[in-house]
Amino acid sequence: MFADKIGMCLAIPGKIIKIKNQLAIVDFQGMKKEINISLISAKIGDYVMVHAGFAIEKMDKDNAKEIKAYLKNEV
Amino acid sequence: MKYKKILKNIQEKAKIIRRPIRLMELCGTHSETIAKYGIKNILPKNIKMISGPGCPVCVADQSDVDIITGLALSGIPIACYGDSANIPGNLGSLENARQQGAEIYIVYDISEALKISKKNPDLIFWGIGFETTAPMTAWGIQNGLKVFSSHKIFPPAMRALLRNNKIKIDGFINPGHVSVIIGAEIYKKFKIPQVVAGFSATDVIKAIDMLLDQITKKEKKVENEYARLVQKEGNKKAQKLISKVFEAKNARWRGLGEIKNSGLKIKKKYKNQDAEFIHRELIAKIKKNIKNKPSVCHCGEVLQGIIEPKNCPLFRKVCTPDNPQGACMVSREGSCNVEYRYG
Repeated sequence: MFADKIGMCLAIPGKIIKIKNQLAIVDFQGMKKEINISLISAKIGDYVMVHAGFAIEKMDKDNAKEIKAYLKNEV
Repeated sequence: MKYKKILKNIQEKAKIIRRPIRLMELCGTHSETIAKYGIKNILPKNIKMISGPGCPVCVADQSDVDIITGLALSGIPIACYGDSANIPGNLGSLENARQQGAEIYIVYDISEALKISKKNPDLIFWGIGFETTAPMTAWGIQNGLKVFSSHKIFPPAMRALLRNNKIKIDGFINPGHVSVIIGAEIYKKFKIPQVVAGFSATDVIKAIDMLLDQITKKEKKVENEYARLVQKEGNKKAQKLISKVFEAKNARWRGLGEIKNSGLKIKKKYKNQDAEFIHRELIAKIKKNIKNKPSVCHCGEVLQGIIEPKNCPLFRKVCTPDNPQGACMVSREGSCNVEYRYG
């Protein structure tokens, strides 16, 4: 997934749609992937920044628009 | 519109400052944004951007590359992130080792490495990267993964850069995702204008404008342009995880040499998962047999902003992304690789 675009410090925002213990299914604009959420406190519906298989921080809902624009233009 | 307005502000401030200004972007992903959007070309002549040591693959020490390649060539299965496999060392790269029959697995995340290690218990994961990847490796170790740690922490390298008289820097653009983990406050100890920035073109030019603003006002503070993601104190869960599994050690950085307490060593508690302990005899043998090949690669000077990639005699001639002679050409975040693709 995005393998050619992944650098060590590049992270990607997505939305949590399912949670099971430490793992969540995160939706990256239609592409869904299992992500480890043990580094944050998150719930379904949260937007998170994902790096190397882990959500590293939650993003404000107010930024949702910006995230979507980011996904369209940058990833 | 926003973009144009910020650019106008930059031009106005550059006129007021008049003298040449050198700003360093510390993260390789920022270097990529700057090159991709031609930001260097639209800046006023007296504002120069230089790339710093923020590409983990680039600053990997030669000796670590040789040890991991030596382990692979001795029949130990190795898992690593993509770019790491191509760093050339005295024994070649992990990719060269793979072509010679070594067992090398390229993984996207630590859980993949963990899955492979269940079937292949001798597997060693090469942990490389800054505070952005160290928590994942720590998690892997807690879940049973064996690791050779080349992890590094960022602030000590900033201190080393500031202490080096050869490098003149007027301000730093601090890394975005490293800062998500360590927070923005930690940089306060460095008395230089700093802005933590996100990775879009607008983020970067906004950060440049903020730095120039500090310079015109003769301020030296830390500002957070990436506040939508970076908290003052960072991600405490991730910090805690790092300190549970790792302790600081002196580490060598390509170009910068040895920097005190800038590396992450696996704690004794987990020594049976630490490749440095498990394979200590083999590693000693590999180190003893290494003969340093002379190289004219200038990666070390590029990483400190002393020269630009185009000033290296190898650049574009014998050194290309398909045939990298040094680490800065290997990684997509490396200054030479970025300059090759966008320059």
